Amino acid sequence: MLSIKNLKVSVEDKEILNGINLDIKPGEVHAIMGPNGSGKSTLAHVLAGRETYEVTDGDINFEGKDLLEMEVDERAHEGIFLAFQYPVEIPGVTNANFLKTTINSIRKAKGEEELNALQMLKLLKEKVQLVDFDEKLLHRSLNDGFSGGEKKRNEMLQMAVLEPKLAVLDETDSGLDIDALKVVANAVNKLRTPDRAFIIVTHYQRLLNYIVPDFVHILYQGRIVKSGDKSLALRLEEEGYDWIKEEAASIA
Amino acid sequence: MSDSMKTLEAHTQSEYKYGFTSDIEMDALPKGLNEDVIRRISAKKNEPEFMLEFRLKAYRHWLTMTEPHWPNVNYPPIDYQDIIYYAAPKKRPQLNSLDEADPELIRTFERLGIPLNEQKVMAGVVAVDAVFDSVSVKTTFKETLAELGIIFCSFSEAVQDHPELVKKYLGTVVPHNDNYFAALNSAVFSDGSFCYIPKGVKCPMELSTYFRINAANTGQFERTLVIADEGSTVSYLEGCTAPQRDENQLHAAVVELIAMDDAQIKYSTVQNWYPGDKDGKGGIYNFVTKRGLCEGKRSKISWTQVETGSSITWKYPSCVLKGDYSIGEFYSVAVTNNRQQADTGTKMIHLGKNTSSTIISKGISAGRSDNSYRGLVKVAKKAENARNFSQCDSMLMGDRCGAHTFPYLEVDNNTAKVEHEATTSKIGEDQLYYCQQRGLSEEDAISMIVNGFVKEVINELPMEFAVEAQKLLAISLEGSVG
Repeated sequence: MLSIKNLKVSVEDKEILNGINLDIKPGEVHAIMGPNGSGKSTLAHVLAGRETYEVTDGDINFEGKDLLEMEVDERAHEGIFLAFQYPVEIPGVTNANFLKTTINSIRKAKGEEELNALQMLKLLKEKVQLVDFDEKLLHRSLNDGFSGGEKKRNEMLQMAVLEPKLAVLDETDSGLDIDALKVVANAVNKLRTPDRAFIIVTHYQRLLNYIVPDFVHILYQGRIVKSGDKSLALRLEEEGYDWIKEEAASIA
Repeated sequence: MSDSMKTLEAHTQSEYKYGFTSDIEMDALPKGLNEDVIRRISAKKNEPEFMLEFRLKAYRHWLTMTEPHWPNVNYPPIDYQDIIYYAAPKKRPQLNSLDEADPELIRTFERLGIPLNEQKVMAGVVAVDAVFDSVSVKTTFKETLAELGIIFCSFSEAVQDHPELVKKYLGTVVPHNDNYFAALNSAVFSDGSFCYIPKGVKCPMELSTYFRINAANTGQFERTLVIADEGSTVSYLEGCTAPQRDENQLHAAVVELIAMDDAQIKYSTVQNWYPGDKDGKGGIYNFVTKRGLCEGKRSKISWTQVETGSSITWKYPSCVLKGDYSIGEFYSVAVTNNRQQADTGTKMIHLGKNTSSTIISKGISAGRSDNSYRGLVKVAKKAENARNFSQCDSMLMGDRCGAHTFPYLEVDNNTAKVEHEATTSKIGEDQLYYCQQRGLSEEDAISMIVNGFVKEVINELPMEFAVEAQKLLAISLEGSVG
């Protein structure tokens, strides 16, 4: 589904990612872990197409298409979803209206018929239940005055509504208490299907107690320095990142 | 500049859709202004003596005044002798029959989407008074309205047919010596709309005036007078466009509203004069005085404006709350783009007891434009229990534009409650990126964010115009995010 080859990325001439290779198949959940500043969030935003990042080398292939040639919205139409670490606020635009606009933009791009108000209402009702969302928040302005937890839940609701092929969660667990964390994990688990893949970017292991990944990759200094299964995340939890840094230093 | 800032710019640089000119034979006075010109305007319109006196009094006062330069706008000096003060289509529709009108004139209004033929209008939703350059060319639904005793006609007709009403109310809200541009207007105004709603009548349709400047080098000086008698209500809308020309053209209008006991006037404006090109060449100077007098108890005047056009806008639709328990409202969206400048806001003058006012102002600046809100809330000594709520929000698109807020407050009665809130926000790359990540195109994202920002004001517009206004906002800002 997704194949990243030798990806190098700079921001203002500073190299952040320095040769990433990663293959993801449908249905898989990949966790990307690493110390602060290792390039985790950069990877998430490069997948989404944020233009502040300059790709200097490598390719990204998504379902047989060259992702790097596509605009941000085109990637969304192809089924890439990014759950933001810091979701933006848009005053005056209700959550429900935002969801309606986004889903219909994507449907239109795919050549599907737009949903009418009734179909939309039904869909929203179903998804609100699925991710355990407070329905009242649908009628408030998008993320405006939402608590940190509410914003993250809202990201999960959007994910549920837009039904992406590949969902990238950028530190969705940061700043969440244990209850909110469970809500996020629950949403992901309910949306896990054989044809949908996830990339979970996180600093801590604790989210992975609830979302069990198929693969764990450790990103350090712009490279994936180690890959493994969920036991790798547990080792990080116990020993921290120091051994990774040492191993990386001895190789270099 | 990042790519998304460039798109923002590109998005706000769309073409002005109404920039065409019409080739119509005109009857115009030569350029320049003096007492003789004023006498000729008055004579052409076959005016009674009191009108000529009003004009001359205003002109003589205007000569003693100097152009105001306190607004936060810049423009080269205006040569008042280089302006044509009167221009009218030679072939004017007679007796309200369109048969004899210049077909080009009819076409012009059709291209603008203004129906002058009543049969073509859906079941009488809106009555229109169409003003072309200096004169009104057609008022629709006059007869239907007349059955209810409503007078809706051009100002010139009102002077002929209802001189007593004109004489009684003209200049009572905006006096001939009020300010420089109002004095100029009082001296030379050539037409405009007149409306009188009799006691207890609720006007069954929207009344609207549509202004079109066509001739080159002319100024447009129209005057609107709306009187709502006891217990009546009326909703009034004005729209305006002008051809694309390299020279600046002056538009100095005056609008006076009077609401008696329990009367309500809602006055909405969608202003889309030619704004000049992206380098600031050409465009209309929109220097307008609009004021409403809540004369009666429990009367209400509500101004709603969507200002997207003009190279310079200078206007402060105001309410004088004289009647006890009267209410004044001002809802405004002002959009400036490219090199446009706007200095706009309102004055709420609380004179009566238990009066209240609301001000909601939304300024959007893009390109290299400057957008200022200027507002005065004044509570007089005897105005017990006055209430005001003001909210002024500014939105910036890009980093080369400016937003300014100048709120003035004069409170002489300590029972007054006055609240003011202000915010400034920026359409950020992060907002656009977020929306695009959810599948919206950049244009749709901008239009959604902007419409969210102005929602409270757009909601105040009559339904059919709200949709128009939203489209207009999207067009005005096309190419501004980038």
